[in-house]
Amino acid sequence: MALLQISEPGDSPEPHQRKLAVGIDLGTTHSLAATVRSGVAEVLADEEGRPLLPSIVRYFREGHVEVGHGARAAQADDPANTIVSVKRFMGRGVADVAKYGALPYHFQDAPGMVAIQTVAGVRSPVQVSAEILKVLRERSERALGGELFGAVVTVPAYFDESQRQATKDAAKLAGLNVMRLLNEPTAAAIAYGLDHASEGTFAIFDLGGGTFDISILKLTRGVFEVLSTNGDSALGGDDFDQAIATHWRVVQKLADAGGGDTRRLLAAAREAKEKLSAHAEADVHVMLSYGQKLHLRLTRAEFEHLTTALVQKTLGPTRKALRDAKLQAREVDGVVLVGGATRMPHLRQAVETLFGRAPLKDLDPDAVVALGAAIQANVLAGNRAPGDDWLLLDVIPLSLGLETMGGLVERVIPRNSTIPVARAQEFTTFKDGQAAMAIHVVQGERELVSDNRSLARFELRGIPPMVAGAARIQVTFQVDADGLLSVSARENTTGVETAIVVKPSYGLSDDEVARMLQESFSHATHDRDARALAEQRVEAESLLTAIRAALAKDADLLAEDERARLEGGMATLEKAWNTTDHRAIKSAVHDLNEASQAFAGRRMDRAVSGALTGRRVDEVRTK
Amino acid sequence: MIPDFSRDHFELLGVPVKYAVDPARLESGFRDLQSQVHPDRFASATEAERRVAMQWATRANEAFRTLRDPIARARYLLQLKGYDTEEETNTAMPPDFLMQQMEWREAAAHARAPLDTSQLERLRSDIAKARTDMLRVLERALDADANYVAGCSLVRKLRFLEKLEEEIDEALHG
Repeated sequence: MALLQISEPGDSPEPHQRKLAVGIDLGTTHSLAATVRSGVAEVLADEEGRPLLPSIVRYFREGHVEVGHGARAAQADDPANTIVSVKRFMGRGVADVAKYGALPYHFQDAPGMVAIQTVAGVRSPVQVSAEILKVLRERSERALGGELFGAVVTVPAYFDESQRQATKDAAKLAGLNVMRLLNEPTAAAIAYGLDHASEGTFAIFDLGGGTFDISILKLTRGVFEVLSTNGDSALGGDDFDQAIATHWRVVQKLADAGGGDTRRLLAAAREAKEKLSAHAEADVHVMLSYGQKLHLRLTRAEFEHLTTALVQKTLGPTRKALRDAKLQAREVDGVVLVGGATRMPHLRQAVETLFGRAPLKDLDPDAVVALGAAIQANVLAGNRAPGDDWLLLDVIPLSLGLETMGGLVERVIPRNSTIPVARAQEFTTFKDGQAAMAIHVVQGERELVSDNRSLARFELRGIPPMVAGAARIQVTFQVDADGLLSVSARENTTGVETAIVVKPSYGLSDDEVARMLQESFSHATHDRDARALAEQRVEAESLLTAIRAALAKDADLLAEDERARLEGGMATLEKAWNTTDHRAIKSAVHDLNEASQAFAGRRMDRAVSGALTGRRVDEVRTK
Repeated sequence: MIPDFSRDHFELLGVPVKYAVDPARLESGFRDLQSQVHPDRFASATEAERRVAMQWATRANEAFRTLRDPIARARYLLQLKGYDTEEETNTAMPPDFLMQQMEWREAAAHARAPLDTSQLERLRSDIAKARTDMLRVLERALDADANYVAGCSLVRKLRFLEKLEEEIDEALHG
């Protein structure tokens, strides 16, 4: 399709302009970073050559923090201060966390999200995750030899808004510029699909340490279209470990174990689980804190019996995803397994039975997500190479709606809608003279508001006095390509209007994040103004370059006075650039962006019209 | 500024303005358009350009979503021709259709409690068959006969069937 290739400003940068970007898989059990170098995605290892960083953070009394392998080694000795599987706590309250079984932490019921009491003070899961991300950022910057421009961080496709926002906040705390949160199965599909030049319909079955996702994608000529996604953000390999540990506790008649012994037992369970992927029987030895030595055994048959229900729990969402994609299991062309927990033979067998075909396994289930994220990061940083024209069309995993009368949910955007998406719905007042309308935005599939996640509340005020049912209030939801939701409400007879960008009422407030940033060691010494100035100058330069390029190509789209106004804005920005006032530059950038809006619109019209005309010529030729 | 959205969904996706549509052509039209306008193509463009790209990509998704669904496509085509399908307001149905509806609904209620999966599946496939037949009639009404009044009535009936199918699916799969 040569006709559709238009070169965009900055699309194929000179080598020296290449921006450093990484993909980060922030996993329940371990995390890793990858990048694209010379067109190839590769994992970044630590100084000892290990790519996987255990997602374990240990806090010390003096405020010192240890992340990764060292923390893992200490998890049984210092369980209360060594945080394991923190991803399961992101954006979750105490009631959610209670479902995970016995955990050796001192939880605090902070508003919105649990917090953990450690020797170093109370830590939010966001701060714990930030420690892991910080290690990966430092590793990446060392490997790439410079400051990162940005990162794509992956999240389970089935994460809701508060879990996503918590992840974004953690990245911000770690000093990362998050270009996008990418769904894990989608990342895996990108890495897999581009590597194999695959075409067809694929199911990505992703069972990680703490989360389960199933996504159905269609790959055609470089376009990755997600058809549907489903999952369970509280189901993972950890639950299989818990099942084994609980079983042992019963057969060994162990008293309610203390924190350290809980950890030891879970670690032994994990070891047994991993052994059983290759052997019919596993023997493990555990030394408990009071000196009791345990010799624990488990056969594969016992393990399968203990965890049948967990395996079954993955099949329901899988069937739902297929149904939403309007597909039969047998119509899927390939099943890709992602996540360490998919190594379990009985799980593989269940997947194989459902789809009627053996899963593909010629890729590393631990690295594939980070590799896909790196490929996307490279594109979003503007490093797209010529001919590198694949495109990702993702969906929202959960329906978005509004509370209506009686605590019921009116769905506005159904789950699995391709993003970006906008949808409007009309409502009316139910009382005479009603002057305001409360708008409550919720996420989820259930009928009752109370069974869904509450995302935001705001009010449309200033509705003029009218009889009940006369006002015409149009509520518009817009989800952009990053999955960010904004909601606006407008009374159509008067034009009264209000709008918000939705930030989940869960999670942390902006102030809390700002405070954490302030506290965070790496930022205390940072000269904020210098950084802001540098950022604004880069922003200004790229804007000026882009507009100059656009003018060189399409200046004929502008009337004389429009062109003069645009050039005036450019001159103002150039002048501001020469000062050290980052606020002045920012405001000039904003003004120039506004001034170029109409021009941008017309240029896109021209490009689309060109493509449509081109297509018609194509069709005539082929007939 | 709002981009020029004067083109209709059909033109935008490069398919003829009629009810019968070639799914392969529709899909490739959609992919070509998204390849052109999607915000990820404008990663290093100006904010204004990215905003325009987002609006266009939203529009492309909306066009594709509408045209690939047989009922939404009919509703949209009728709207282009100046006809409102009045699905919310016009509930008048021919008596034979209503009778059939009541029979199906009763059968569904029986099969739901206690759950009789095979009966529900049989019902589901009966309704699917009726729907397929009705879609064929719809295509003739819209493309061959230009009978848009009949088209509106068919869309209303199809919406009934769709709702019933959704309810049965819900009962079958939760």
